[in-house]
Amino acid sequence: MVEINKELVKYIASLARLEFDEDELDDFTKKFQRILEYVEQLKELNVDNVPPTYHVNINKNTMREDIVQPSLELSEILKNAPDKKESFFRVPRVVE
Amino acid sequence: MSLLKLSITQLKALIEKKDIKPKEIVELYIKQAKKYQEKTNAFITFDEENIIEQVKELEKKLEKGFSGKLIGIPIAIKDNICTKGIKTTCASKILYNFIPPYDATVIEKLKVEGAIIFGKTNMDEFAMGSSNETSFFGPVRNPWDWERIPGGSSGGSAVTISAKQAPAALGSDTGGSIRQPAALCGVVGLKPTYGRVSRYGLIAFGSSLDQIGPFSRNIEDCALLLECISGYDPKDSTSINVDVPPYQKNLKKDIKGLKIGIPKEYFIEGVEEDIVKNIKNAINIFKDLGAEIKEISLPHTSYGIAVYYLIATAEASSNLARYDGVKYGYRAENIKDLKSLYIKTKKEGFGEEVKRRIMLGTFSLASGYYDAYYKRASKVRTLIKNDFLKAFEEVDAILCPTSPTTAFKLGEKTSDPIQMYLSDIFTINVNLAGIPSISIPCGFDKKGLPIGMQIIGNYLEEQKILNLSYAFEQNIGGFKYCPFEED
Repeated sequence: MVEINKELVKYIASLARLEFDEDELDDFTKKFQRILEYVEQLKELNVDNVPPTYHVNINKNTMREDIVQPSLELSEILKNAPDKKESFFRVPRVVE
Repeated sequence: MSLLKLSITQLKALIEKKDIKPKEIVELYIKQAKKYQEKTNAFITFDEENIIEQVKELEKKLEKGFSGKLIGIPIAIKDNICTKGIKTTCASKILYNFIPPYDATVIEKLKVEGAIIFGKTNMDEFAMGSSNETSFFGPVRNPWDWERIPGGSSGGSAVTISAKQAPAALGSDTGGSIRQPAALCGVVGLKPTYGRVSRYGLIAFGSSLDQIGPFSRNIEDCALLLECISGYDPKDSTSINVDVPPYQKNLKKDIKGLKIGIPKEYFIEGVEEDIVKNIKNAINIFKDLGAEIKEISLPHTSYGIAVYYLIATAEASSNLARYDGVKYGYRAENIKDLKSLYIKTKKEGFGEEVKRRIMLGTFSLASGYYDAYYKRASKVRTLIKNDFLKAFEEVDAILCPTSPTTAFKLGEKTSDPIQMYLSDIFTINVNLAGIPSISIPCGFDKKGLPIGMQIIGNYLEEQKILNLSYAFEQNIGGFKYCPFEED
């Protein structure tokens, strides 16, 4: 069983672009550990010859005609932007 | 008799006869919604002006001969379903100010039938929770006992029905989020077959599990609503292209001879005694109605929670990556570089449970852990699905409790995620298999809290589970969905 320590939690957080304060980390690590202990039960089953189910949809490939459809107005989209300039979303400088 | 007591089917008849105007119904419900909002906290957004505007537009259309199946019926909408021009927050700080520039397909469909989009209902943040306590906008309270939770994640939608704040509502169900709150609030809630209802405009949580479905006071209304929101949608590639039957018209079909399976794994230790008693009583009623009862086994039942919390979180970790403060929603302030913008926005914008699930999902998919967690869970999902397929070779439907307990107290399970997750032990496997299931009221426990039972059907057999529910409802003389007498 994987041992969950603060280092692993920090690593996973970095993959998810999350961050925890030091004082949250203990509680979070403990609860994370408890959940992983719970899901250990899946190891009781022999699934060597069982195919995985990634979805339960009966559709095969969903194709459509390549026809131009109207799309949303740029001004409508930008209304929700936290920051914008002209027709762009604005973010902090990426390249120095 | 107060108009508030009428079902949408009854209201519809009155409107068609022109005995009552849509405006009168809507005004009545606005009054009731506001009267109970402080107690229930069922709505996150309730834009009265917008509602009145919709009614005016509808009246103009009616003068020109417009007709539909839901003329003037106010329908409350879970706040993870996009409504054009109306704030849609997912009960999260990260979307606290998001105003969708488009309608979800189900909203378009309701509008085509003349329904009024009646407020956005409270929920667990991003539909992640079983008690409605993870909402950024505060918990929802259960009208049957204000100290108790309404269930979740569609807690607000369920409560609008039992507090008569709306005559009907839509919710979404990823692991029980329609059925469990329906059970805990004493109302009807249905999760359709995966693909029956378009997910276009439903803010994604677990994409292979999510389905939108109706909440109602009775089975007729549930059938009518399902009929209105179902159907093929080219905007959702998982939407199924199969005709929608007239569910409501077909309700009265005899259920004699239908075989109902009782899975022994759903009557285990930990299920409250009163629940078992009431389910057994319901089984006897079905026997009297001429259904055949058969004990069945769904041997992998107990693995469902573990499978779900690896798969749903994996899907969520991917779906929620988009909330980075760039295009919409909350953005952290005073940030100097792009990476910090992402991190601080997520850190400040997401609540604890959402972060936990993003973390769990990221772990489940991470290199080195993928095979042992996500992939193994997906294999066990196959076993769970096959359990159902095998059962449906022998029976037409499966009957079991919706939840192992009735409504619990606020704060009772918040400190232990596993205890909270276990509230969904009887609903989750249905989502993993993608089959339809309905929760209907079947009595009360000693504390006077509602008990729900679940009737599960095979793929696209919504009609069968509706017909069984309807026969039961008629036999017991209807459901008591609201605890207040005065309204």
